[in-house]
Amino acid sequence: MRSFEFERPSSLAQAAKSGYGTAQGQTDAAALYLAGGTTVVDLMKLDVLRPRRLIDLSKANGGREIELSDTELRLGAFAKMSAVAKHPAVLSRYPVIAQSLQFAASAQLRNMATLGGNVLQRTRCPYYRDPSWAACNKRAPGSGCTAITSFNRNHAVLGVDESCISQYPGDFAIALIALEAQVDLLGPLGSRVIPFASLHRAPSGAPHIESTLKEGEIITAFRIPVGPWTRRSSYVKVRDRASYEFAIASAAVALELQGDTVQQVRIGLGGIAYRPWRAVEAEQALNGQPLTEANVEAAATVALRGAQTHGFNDYKPELARRTLVRALLETKTMSVSQA
Amino acid sequence: MTSITRRTVLSGGAALAGAAISPPFAPAAVGNQKSHSGKTLVHLTVNGHARELELDPRTTVLDALREHLLLTGTKKGCDQGQCGACTVHINGERVLSCLTLALAAEGCRVNTIEGLSTPGGPLHPMQQAFIEQDAFQCGYCTPGQIMSAVACVREGHAKNDADIQEYMSGNLCRCGAYPKIVAAIKQARPQLEKT
Repeated sequence: MRSFEFERPSSLAQAAKSGYGTAQGQTDAAALYLAGGTTVVDLMKLDVLRPRRLIDLSKANGGREIELSDTELRLGAFAKMSAVAKHPAVLSRYPVIAQSLQFAASAQLRNMATLGGNVLQRTRCPYYRDPSWAACNKRAPGSGCTAITSFNRNHAVLGVDESCISQYPGDFAIALIALEAQVDLLGPLGSRVIPFASLHRAPSGAPHIESTLKEGEIITAFRIPVGPWTRRSSYVKVRDRASYEFAIASAAVALELQGDTVQQVRIGLGGIAYRPWRAVEAEQALNGQPLTEANVEAAATVALRGAQTHGFNDYKPELARRTLVRALLETKTMSVSQA
Repeated sequence: MTSITRRTVLSGGAALAGAAISPPFAPAAVGNQKSHSGKTLVHLTVNGHARELELDPRTTVLDALREHLLLTGTKKGCDQGQCGACTVHINGERVLSCLTLALAAEGCRVNTIEGLSTPGGPLHPMQQAFIEQDAFQCGYCTPGQIMSAVACVREGHAKNDADIQEYMSGNLCRCGAYPKIVAAIKQARPQLEKT
């Protein structure tokens, strides 16, 4: 690991004021915020991230709240994944969020990782994580993409371009994008709110710039609107082993039903896209329709329209389609908490 | 090439000159804790004993335990947060010491396998159960397994076999002792729940 200067601001506001160099989510930023450390320390050891300053936010006060009001669930960005996954209000009112956290990583990592750090975790693309591969546009801008012609079994099929086919690895973000979460940000000039859907950038030929965060900005909270669809919601995660593994396909689904008819459905897809993915067209295909197997199959096909595969990941669109079908049908029949 | 870059950075703030501060940012306020590339004092309470260590900021809790406090019971497996061999308890919760910077653990309570039982005294019920159930072969992952297992029971995540398997999945055992690890946890669980 390369040497760095370690700073511990006493508050988040002070941290944002000293956060110069954390430019626009770039992977080669001169300064990085440190929260749980499960991504940053890992990638520093691998010599993928080379910050000259590390700004420790883990001891700063605030940002750990888990609050349910009449209008929204507010999750502090510094709350640990394990704490949110077991919170009674999250379990009963937002099962899709609880499941997306509980099915992620391991018990130890969930005790360390914060929500804010989790949504900003980096791709698991092996060509990104190993600097001995010269070509990686995300790690070394303009150098090319090794994955596109190499072993790309778990690379993305939606939202990719020729510059990068890496996959967004997280689970929690898939629930957030489905539920139209908002993100509270604190920067050197003050705070602002953005839709979660605009936090992660498309590759757009510059995949080394991953987020729309401005220099110095810190995620302080996620706010998820209350809705009649949140109780009947679930996260289905398909992976190569039963536990402690990243998704090869996943679906976050929230349903408001009247009888068999869909009033509103929310769909997020994971394990298959460059960034957290919302299947808007599939939602539109189902809204107002009976939730029959035939309709679900058709909507899931729409969700994967436009998938681009690169050989080893040719299996993904069909797996993702079936994952979404299963998620919708299981969510239809799940027992819903009245708590 | 890498070593030259590293030395350049190590030689002290010179490489930081490029990071000029422009508005709206402010230089770190007085009272900020700030450590340069040199060694820094870190305070940890390890197995109940207050420890003061002078560490390079790059030092993980794992290396602080093994290399500086000579507590080699905590094992370095992958050193990448993937195997669980380095599991310790920080402020009562199981975490991976290989991905925790010692500086980030400033002021924390760290408990390791060495602190589970007192020298010469009886073994911790989980340690005894691992022996009685033959829950290891090579033994390298065992300290991490035991620390994780103790936390697993305390968290209430050891209700049945499936529960134990799910919540112990962060501890890999390449000898494949998993069924006996589950048996050991079930054996120790009632004793742990009493305390």
